Amino acid sequence: MKTTELAIVGAGPAGVCAALEAASCGVKVTLIDREEQIGGQLVKQTHKFFGWHEKSAGTRGIVISGDLADQVKANPDICFMGSAEALGYFQDDGVLLLETPVGIQKLKPERLLIATGASEKMILFPGNDLPGVYGAGAVQTLMNVHGVRPGKSVLMIGSGNIGLIVSYQLAQAGVKVAAVVEALPNIGGYAVHASKIRRLGIPIYTRHSIKEAYGTACVEGAIIWQLDDNWQGIAGTEKQLDVDVICLATGLTPLCEFLWQAGAEMAYIPELGGFVPLYDENMETTVEGVYVAGDAACIEEASTAMAEGRLAGLAIAYSLGKVPADEFSRKRAESLKELDELRAGPTSGAIVKGLAVMKEQMRKRVSQ
Amino acid sequence: MKPDVLMTTGIPSKEQIDSATPPGSRRKQGPFVVIECFQEIPCDPCYHSCRFGAIKPFESLNDIPQVDWEKCTGCGVCVAACPGLAIFVVDETFSDTECLIAMPYEFSPLPGKGDPVHLLDRSGDKVGEGVVHRVVPGRKPQGTPVVWVRAPRELSLNVRNLLPSAGKGGNNCV
Repeated sequence: MKTTELAIVGAGPAGVCAALEAASCGVKVTLIDREEQIGGQLVKQTHKFFGWHEKSAGTRGIVISGDLADQVKANPDICFMGSAEALGYFQDDGVLLLETPVGIQKLKPERLLIATGASEKMILFPGNDLPGVYGAGAVQTLMNVHGVRPGKSVLMIGSGNIGLIVSYQLAQAGVKVAAVVEALPNIGGYAVHASKIRRLGIPIYTRHSIKEAYGTACVEGAIIWQLDDNWQGIAGTEKQLDVDVICLATGLTPLCEFLWQAGAEMAYIPELGGFVPLYDENMETTVEGVYVAGDAACIEEASTAMAEGRLAGLAIAYSLGKVPADEFSRKRAESLKELDELRAGPTSGAIVKGLAVMKEQMRKRVSQ
Repeated sequence: MKPDVLMTTGIPSKEQIDSATPPGSRRKQGPFVVIECFQEIPCDPCYHSCRFGAIKPFESLNDIPQVDWEKCTGCGVCVAACPGLAIFVVDETFSDTECLIAMPYEFSPLPGKGDPVHLLDRSGDKVGEGVVHRVVPGRKPQGTPVVWVRAPRELSLNVRNLLPSAGKGGNNCV
């Protein structure tokens, strides 16, 4: 059976940054992704990133993923396995099962990092099974990876950063965005993203949702309506929209099946996106040797995922004896400070609250 | 609680716009920056892009940029640098009747110098007609182009988008 010092499942921003950090300390890394390409969701992100000037702020996700991929390929200590789907992790013997183009393979890592990202949430409404109802990730893949427009006119559901950014990208691709609806009283994403699409003439309706999608063989239109304080639609406020695409950007939830399977202790923390693993300041879960980073740990921005990846990579290198203790504590303190600063603004309020709940549960568990 | 106009519509309030606009005396002196960034988000490239020190140093990554208009030359470098496309430059001294407005523009095809454009406000509504004065292509890989338009002077603080009026523009409006 093949062995490796560190196996990373997911070559998105968190996984790649962990791989680069760990490899820079001398760890032999196997980086696994079901896609052929390195970069995860970054490959479809055409907007410029926020964050620090020194740490790729102002650079588009797609450019960042290209840079990261070049660094991975140039690093002899990282073996990238593309088109390899991780099927399961068997804690008893520490074996990771992979489906690769050459068949099923077993891999036994000394450390495992789960950086599997997130999956999209679906919402219920009549007609949500019609062709033409897409997740925002699929719309981005079609447009930004394959150069295919999803349709002519779109209703966007959800005004978080993904809903706002994908609306902007649709407009750039020449697709009309008829409206963005948001069930909450306020726009969920950054104000600058909202202003950017508003001045393109795209209306944003807060306290609104979709009542139904209609059409015989595919989406031919949608009806939206206003919501009351109990999230119920208000009769008489319906608006009909001629759209052939309904794009759902209604939130993400951590993809953490591997962590469940590994026996990691999980907690339901809505602020972090749903069920998340408990983990410590080294990004290590309650299962020794199994780490987490990025959206699999908590739904946040890619800049945070990259910072978490670097922290996990460093901590793993230290646990394998590749980094001296003083260097580790200094670098870890820098990393934690970086994460704190990324989360210092009001837009991260819920995340900070959710992380405090997670840390408290972790603390109680350790003290038991 | 008064609803937050910016966070319910995406359009900044009059108070917010006023806070981003220099006093009248400064406006008469030449081009000035208008930073329409009103929410604390973790982002600082504008500060680093300014060679004149006109954006005051950040204490925290989440600070809202503060402008020293006496140092601002209206060069427009920060317009292309802002990840949120929230920065504009206005020059009300261009002529007696016209002003210049620099706007980030990420639509294809890029308009050319002399092209007529519809001028749009913060809601995407057409408020007037203008002409492209200068186009600064994006610099770093896939950087944001900046389009300078000539606009009626009274629209200097209203126009925040453009739509090429001849030929096909890749814009959502119309």
